Amino acid sequence: MNTTNGNATFLSGLWQTNPGLVQLLGLCPLLAVTTTLINGLGLGLATIAVLCASNTLVAATRHWIHPNLRLPVYVLLIAGFVSAVDLVAHAWFFDLHGSLGIFIPLIVTNCVILGRAEAFASRRPVPAALADGLGHGLGFAAVLVVLGALREAIGRGTLFAGAGMLFGDTGAALEFRVLPEGVSLPLAGLAPGAFIGLAALVAGRNLLAKRRAARPGNRAKREQ
Amino acid sequence: MNPGRALTVLVVVAMLAALLLAALDATTRDRIARNQAQQLMATLQAVLPTDYDNEPHLDRAMIAVPDGPGGADALPVYRARLGDEPAGLVLTAVAPDGYVDAIRLLVGVGADDRVVGVRVIAHTETPGLGDGIDAARSDWILAFAGREAGAADPAWALRRDGGDFDQLSGATVTSRAVLNAVRRTLDYYRMNREALYALPSVDMD
Repeated sequence: MNTTNGNATFLSGLWQTNPGLVQLLGLCPLLAVTTTLINGLGLGLATIAVLCASNTLVAATRHWIHPNLRLPVYVLLIAGFVSAVDLVAHAWFFDLHGSLGIFIPLIVTNCVILGRAEAFASRRPVPAALADGLGHGLGFAAVLVVLGALREAIGRGTLFAGAGMLFGDTGAALEFRVLPEGVSLPLAGLAPGAFIGLAALVAGRNLLAKRRAARPGNRAKREQ
Repeated sequence: MNPGRALTVLVVVAMLAALLLAALDATTRDRIARNQAQQLMATLQAVLPTDYDNEPHLDRAMIAVPDGPGGADALPVYRARLGDEPAGLVLTAVAPDGYVDAIRLLVGVGADDRVVGVRVIAHTETPGLGDGIDAARSDWILAFAGREAGAADPAWALRRDGGDFDQLSGATVTSRAVLNAVRRTLDYYRMNREALYALPSVDMD
């Protein structure tokens, strides 16, 4: 992961160092909001926006910010961006804002964001930092969406419920049932379901990574 | 490093962040206010009877009484009328004893003294447990619809407290807080029914 190659940086966030499945960062919002696919997608998009913006700005200002001042400055920047995203969501995605509730402001405390700023963006040029932010943001959002879809399908028997909150009236028609009415396992939508679902995803990812590493002829790269 | 320089950097960053947010706040404020008004109208419609010909969200009075539904805070009451006759009203209630923080509710009562509906308008209850009081999350809050509001109801309590209301599973404190807030609001309604319809309407803001 010491490459400055933008492409590899981007892909790393999606797979090798995926914040949700490998680094296990930001689990509080990850577990809490993924009751539906749309909730996961909404928070995922908000996190991508904040992560890209903070990574870019942290990298752009890395020569002027003294190391001793790093943390207060990063927290200020991140809090500013999160407040901006909160206002935008409140104005243009009012229902989604209500549905995500406290978790948009809580992006400030998502360790993925401060973690990428501190571990990567503070010592890399802007393009690499942006690629890193995009990769890790997408990686985090993908886990939110997949976990949200799983829990919604099993727990409520639907997919894309509440899509109107994100895509307007045309989106509302996206919702469909994957299980017949009355057949569902509400546990999936509750807190234990979130833990079980995440555990299944982590296990699945580890299994794939192991298989891939074991495949003969594969550059026997250290996969975690 | 030089503390003066550190201070300058921090102040500059903070000021830039403040500028960004001030500009964004100015551009989004009207839109957010409009969204909130629209949501209020939609929620009022959900807790009002269908027969009225005024605009209840504009026929608004403020009540602030120590024994009222919201304690000392001034809370709005919205009146629906058919011609000059009362058609129903919506009281704002505050449950100060929610699990996390206070819960704000709208309680709609028809002219026939029956509860038309109750809806939560603001809460910060635990996602997945207490947030079931939100009509978008579960049907629990619909249990109030159709209840008699004209006389005190001894069964107005959770089943575990000897009443006949189910609770949200895993959210006893939240359920009890909402239930009690609605009961207090209806008590207040009973004592002040005529006065509530007669209160002068005040403008928004």
